[in-house]
Amino acid sequence: MSPELSARLQKYWRANERLIVVLLVIWAAVSFGAGILFVEQLNTISFFGLPFGFFMAQQGSIFVFVVLIFAYAIGMDRLDRRYHADED
Amino acid sequence: MTAEAWTFVFIIGTFSAYLYIGWWARVRESSGFYVAGQGVPALANGAATAADWMSAASFISMAGLISFMGYDGSIYLMGWTGGYVLLALLLAPYLRKFGKYTVPDFVGDRYYSDTARVVAVICALFVSLTYVAGQMRGVGIVFSRFLGVDIVWGVVIGMFIVAFFAVLGGMKGITWTQVAQYFVLIIAFLIPAIAISLQLTGIPVPQAAFVTSDIVEKLNAIQIDLGFHEYTQPFTGKTKLDVLCITLALMAGTAGLPHVIVRFYTVKNVRAARYSAGWALLFIALLYTTAPALAAFARYNLITSLHGQEIDQVRELEWVQSWEATGLLAFVDKDGDGKLTFAPGEAFLVSNAVRSNEPDMTNANEIYFDRDIIVLSTPEVAQLSPWVIALVAAGGLAAALSTAAGLLLVISSSIAHDLYFRMLNPGANERQRVLVGRIFVIAGILVAGYFGINPPGFVGQVVAFAFGLAAASFFPVILLGIFDARTNREGAIAGMLVGLLFTVSYIVGGKYFGMPDWCFGISAEGIGAVGMLLNIAVTIGISRVTPAPPEHIQQLVNEIRLPAHPGVAQVLDEGHE
Repeated sequence: MSPELSARLQKYWRANERLIVVLLVIWAAVSFGAGILFVEQLNTISFFGLPFGFFMAQQGSIFVFVVLIFAYAIGMDRLDRRYHADED
Repeated sequence: MTAEAWTFVFIIGTFSAYLYIGWWARVRESSGFYVAGQGVPALANGAATAADWMSAASFISMAGLISFMGYDGSIYLMGWTGGYVLLALLLAPYLRKFGKYTVPDFVGDRYYSDTARVVAVICALFVSLTYVAGQMRGVGIVFSRFLGVDIVWGVVIGMFIVAFFAVLGGMKGITWTQVAQYFVLIIAFLIPAIAISLQLTGIPVPQAAFVTSDIVEKLNAIQIDLGFHEYTQPFTGKTKLDVLCITLALMAGTAGLPHVIVRFYTVKNVRAARYSAGWALLFIALLYTTAPALAAFARYNLITSLHGQEIDQVRELEWVQSWEATGLLAFVDKDGDGKLTFAPGEAFLVSNAVRSNEPDMTNANEIYFDRDIIVLSTPEVAQLSPWVIALVAAGGLAAALSTAAGLLLVISSSIAHDLYFRMLNPGANERQRVLVGRIFVIAGILVAGYFGINPPGFVGQVVAFAFGLAAASFFPVILLGIFDARTNREGAIAGMLVGLLFTVSYIVGGKYFGMPDWCFGISAEGIGAVGMLLNIAVTIGISRVTPAPPEHIQQLVNEIRLPAHPGVAQVLDEGHE
């Protein structure tokens, strides 16, 4: 593998890792953060009548998970195009 | 038509469809047999993954569990969905690029070691056998409850159906029947949930009714009146740390389960793997966001229609009669006032998790209901027509059969591909490989059927095992294999062994030798999270003090990090931003 190619691969990979870290921070914040660690504090806030922490633990986090996966797929589509690494 | 007649019609109808699909999708080549020829569209793979993943337990038991646990039931909701984020971002695209047939393939090749391959095969077999026994049991139970057929016959019929499409069509047959099974199971789950939501709140979308109606608020008030905790109050049965660990272990375990991972080998390319993980979770979320609503509504409904009512009047209700007959619902008038009281504690004495008919006089509770009733009885409690009851039976069977089929393929490929072809007879031709694969599907079905008919007493407990093992072994070893190029054979083997030994000894010690939960009070269900962290620490540590992996492994890692095929490296070389 040429040094130039491996430098480009490195850049591509760093960009991928950055996107993953951002999305995983959100993933942990909505589930472990809002749903478990800070659930008591958030339960004092009412979300249409449901305690907000409880809502995040039972439904809210799941909706966010779905969005995160599609956000990753779309983000990687753009990255692949930029690096010409997309498949036909 | 009666519910039984409808059930008969639905089961014959859906089973004929599965058989037809199995026949239509029959295969000859090993790539068709093991990875469906890698031509499954992202959307179809999403539906197949959802059916593969959602088992009899997700369909029948989960809403009931949540209904009993309240907030603490969130461990299943978050744990069994959050794992897909890990899978989609950290594992699936790269494993698809790697492009072979199984998880042990990756472990063995990436760590250039047959020892690692064999450890992976043993884990895959253990996890899958544990799981499949429960599925066959689920099939038997649905048959016996809805058709009055003996459990043994139910299991045998289920074995025959799975054998037909798994043996003929391998992964291809399994994939397309799973797509059909997803639609059966989701419709069967949603119709009763929508009906009960409409009845209680007038809102046809259970997810919206859960948030915007006042049912949960009312349920909280009733719970306090009757001496329970509020339904939404966190950490009533488990500590915060334990909830955290169980959720993490279920997430990492989900991402590491071989029968889920292998589904992502079947799609066309890396891009399809990323999107199909999204579709899979969307399809799963449809059930998983309905379940907490159903759990709260059904609990509210059961309490308000039973507590404080005259026993004689309650017994005139048709659904009460039919479920009391199964023993899953039972009453006892402890105080002799002729009215039912619902209160904390067991209505009847329980020994070894089996309910006796002796009332437990240490508390005031006079109502016993099995957690499985929540989903199974909803159509009757909501007074839906008999065909909906039949639909729920067909849905439970679809959930159990689709998961069983996926697991059987992992069992078969672990032996026929990883052991026979990769280690014993690498010169085997296509015909031999498919034949051996088919033989071990049948062997797997026989073993699963045996355990379905004679369930080992530990089935309930080993679920913790399956997730703990997957979290403490597969997940870290695949993750580091992709993201840390420096991880070598020595590190990976040491890490897997430490993670496995720690997790297994903690679970076995706690369940069978009365060992206290010495690790900060973390329960057996959550200890896989600690095993996973240990595995990662040991793998990274040992890798740094032993020789780096050889050059061709470095190249393999570079290769799987790039989405497109090697030819594209050229394009990338000349490419400009």
